[in-house]
Amino acid sequence: MGKVARFILRRKGGKGWHWTDIFTWVWLVGGLIIMFGPAVWLVFSSLKTPAALAEFPPSILPYVTSQATVEGYDKPLMLYDARMPDGSTRVLAEVRRIGLVAQMVDPKAPGEIVKVNINDRTPVRTMSFATNNYTEPFVHFDFLRYLWNSVFVTVVATVITLVVNSMAAFALSKYEFKGRSLAMLVILATLMVPLSVIMVPLYSIISSLGLFNSLWGVILPTVATPTGVFILRQYMLTIPDELIDAARMDKASEWQIYWRIVLPLTAPALAVLAIFSVVWRWNDFLWPLIVLSRRELYTLQVGLSIYSGELNVQWHFILAMTVVTMIPVVLVFIFLQRFITTGIAGTGLK
Amino acid sequence: MTTPSLSSLLLGPINAVMRIIDAPLRRLQKATGIGGMAAFFLAPNMLIFGIFVLLPLVINFVYSMTGGTAFFLSERDFVGGDQYSRLFECQNYLDPMSCQEDAFWTAVGNTFWFVVLQVSLMILTALITALILNRELAARSFWRAVFFFPVLLSPVVVGLIWKWILQRQGLLNFGLYQFGMDPYTWLTDRNWTFAATIGVSLWAHMGFYALIILAGLQAIPKDLYEAAEMDGTKPARVFWRITLPLLAPNLLVVVVLALIKSVQVFDEIYVLTGGGPGTSTLFLTQYIYETGFASVLRNPGLAAAASILMGTVLVVLTLIQLGIGKRGENKGKR
Repeated sequence: MGKVARFILRRKGGKGWHWTDIFTWVWLVGGLIIMFGPAVWLVFSSLKTPAALAEFPPSILPYVTSQATVEGYDKPLMLYDARMPDGSTRVLAEVRRIGLVAQMVDPKAPGEIVKVNINDRTPVRTMSFATNNYTEPFVHFDFLRYLWNSVFVTVVATVITLVVNSMAAFALSKYEFKGRSLAMLVILATLMVPLSVIMVPLYSIISSLGLFNSLWGVILPTVATPTGVFILRQYMLTIPDELIDAARMDKASEWQIYWRIVLPLTAPALAVLAIFSVVWRWNDFLWPLIVLSRRELYTLQVGLSIYSGELNVQWHFILAMTVVTMIPVVLVFIFLQRFITTGIAGTGLK
Repeated sequence: MTTPSLSSLLLGPINAVMRIIDAPLRRLQKATGIGGMAAFFLAPNMLIFGIFVLLPLVINFVYSMTGGTAFFLSERDFVGGDQYSRLFECQNYLDPMSCQEDAFWTAVGNTFWFVVLQVSLMILTALITALILNRELAARSFWRAVFFFPVLLSPVVVGLIWKWILQRQGLLNFGLYQFGMDPYTWLTDRNWTFAATIGVSLWAHMGFYALIILAGLQAIPKDLYEAAEMDGTKPARVFWRITLPLLAPNLLVVVVLALIKSVQVFDEIYVLTGGGPGTSTLFLTQYIYETGFASVLRNPGLAAAASILMGTVLVVLTLIQLGIGKRGENKGKR
């Protein structure tokens, strides 16, 4: 333990505590709480019943008041620890409450009614995970449908992005032709054009192509990412031209050169682009919100935001579905974080 | 080992398809020559680009000069600069209520204050985080992951997480309650909601900028610090004389990048506040979205005009960024 503590708390030069050392640890621990706390709170909350969610002050872990079915009563009754006049405590079920007096019965011997002052009883609480928060929305709210739509958009858009962008990057890095720098300039210029600037005319184009209320209308405008062309081209420029010349000598077609030689060598950059594309498309919100107006076409993000905006928000379902929406991104984060952080640090693109 | 068989299972059919595609492409290559194949490779991207980025960009200007509620250009009337003069018709630009399009000027004002506050706080916190992550820490990659984690979350998830925390029975009020304070409905208070939008977007994006600054810090040659240590230079002096000047180009890029993103703020705020209470967190992108699509009195021309004004700001910012990038590159070459 001492060793571990010394390793974790080691300081530069092994000198005494400088104020920056203290500040560092305050910042790191504070960061840990602020960054992870909200997400952990979300996961805990998503396992609570609606009644537990409405409680204030809330409990950290999902507790529920225990209930028991008692012979002679239709509904399950709430269980309480009741303090009896003689000082002992018994577990009793509450039948009804009149003013300050609760009429209670022993669940094992329901014949006799015991009157207890309400201040002398505390609810019996046990930890319980409301897993039906997770299962019910799939039945009642078409969440399976939304999940499928999100997966479809993410996978198809990513595949098209990889193919189309790598082809363009190949042309822009391995061929000399008139207008190459113009094409490059046009692609770079569109980095400046975010969706929020062109959404009105883009919507009219999508409508006139008959892609309004279609998942393809969500997919197509996103696939020709300038970022993707840029990343892939930079990488392909490092592939020696001699390889390509040698393949041409061997009568390989240009398509074969692209497919058999350049693409496999670009795999690391393709992987980075694929990861980014999956995260981007999974998280897309504004454009699907505009293009999709029929419920059965919603992606998870759109469905979640619409349901959370309704008047009687069913938070127990919303929270559970938020967790579900978070899972793929968390998985990507856990397993592929290195690619993403080096990708961002290298290109400054998100 | 199952991996090779799995990958061959996956690649087998794809390779077969590629071989089938190859035959007609060889014929194409014979007809057009190698140079022609460049056009073939470029075509799909350029086509999608043209239809979904360039064309909208051009017709956005046409849109901004037409009126009516119809979406198809052929059904819209030409109104010249009316949309722009409507946006700019104002007695006092500092008082949105005196303008014809009061929502637009409210959004402009909100966005302005949001950008100023969010970007300065963002750079400050990201710089501190990067400096700390650049120290000799145990488990540095873990701590980097801690700050980076929210960056990947979807804006909708971010908005919902914080909506849940800031509501009346939420975690924030629970914390206050532990200290004996009264719960408060944060998201019904104009000022607190505005502060919340800044805080939430800091939470969601700070790790991204910290990562870029960290890369900049790590690019500073170590021998400079060793030399400073040998001279017995004070840490504060090292920071002001070595770290900050050498980090400056990187930091400038980060500032402009943060500005560009900040001007377009929408997703997580829309989910968190919906622009409310009232119009206290109505930002430009939401104004464009609602004017163009969502409101009953929709006016695509007006939305297009507003989006062009926003686009102009973004282009100016991007040109500044490219200029800085060029200068940084030249410096690196020397």
